Amino acid sequence: MKLDCKHVWGYISDYIDDSVEAGVREDIERHLEHCEICSAILDSTRNILILTADKRTFEVPVGFSEKLHRRLEEEIKQERKPDEN
Amino acid sequence: MFAMTTGKQSEAAIIARILAGEKELFHELIRPYERMVYLTAFSVLKNETEAEDAAQVAVINAYRHLASFRRDAKFSTWLVTIALNEARQKLRRDKRAVLESIEETTEESEGDYTPAFLTDWREIPLEALERKELREALQKAVTELPDHYRRVFSLRDLQEMSIQETAEALNMAPGLVKTQLRRARIMLQKKLVPFLKTTPPAQRGWFRRAR
Repeated sequence: MKLDCKHVWGYISDYIDDSVEAGVREDIERHLEHCEICSAILDSTRNILILTADKRTFEVPVGFSEKLHRRLEEEIKQERKPDEN
Repeated sequence: MFAMTTGKQSEAAIIARILAGEKELFHELIRPYERMVYLTAFSVLKNETEAEDAAQVAVINAYRHLASFRRDAKFSTWLVTIALNEARQKLRRDKRAVLESIEETTEESEGDYTPAFLTDWREIPLEALERKELREALQKAVTELPDHYRRVFSLRDLQEMSIQETAEALNMAPGLVKTQLRRARIMLQKKLVPFLKTTPPAQRGWFRRAR
């Protein structure tokens, strides 16, 4: 089937996730071969997802882990000595 | 290191040991998932301090209720569910839930889900993706997504959970996860493309997602 651009945009997300049927995937790839616009949309979306998953983009606050384990330690200790509460 | 070598098998063994009394091992059990718990809380609360607090409470709750963890479930998904619950409760306590529920019901039909065009993406250099401003623009754009899209996007694309795990954690149909993800991704692409266009062309090079 020949896909137009609008159809391809609807599939880009699933295409990136590799969750489109083989037949549709082929149609999309055939379209991408000659369509600069859709190729650019695919590439830009993909790159945004790479940047999203990059651990430097969304960081945990400084000291988060230390505080978390300190609090957990208190919880474990408290549980061990119920009489002292 | 423990965190690097933990498979589902050894994770189950660790959980059994904790439940049998080696409570200190919970520190090691949780370590690989700290970031995930924090980001889950952040996806609901959109505030660092509140997300940090909710993440701590979620971890303590997970510790207290470890005995109720089902062996056939995935530990990470269970944790994310606890983090979501805690963050949502916190939101409710802060009386912001009213606003959120209005948004949930009205937003579905809203919006223009057409991507932004750019013909010069291939000219965008690797350094552009490394720039701090771009990361900040992306952080801002994700924070500004409608609440339910941000949660789906955060679990799937930020924390890299599968569609199925995301659906389970959010108690949604996988089909709905895909639809919301599609819209969230288009919204982000649209917001970030104008920003990328201002990048002066330099050397070529770009990454591809390995999947």
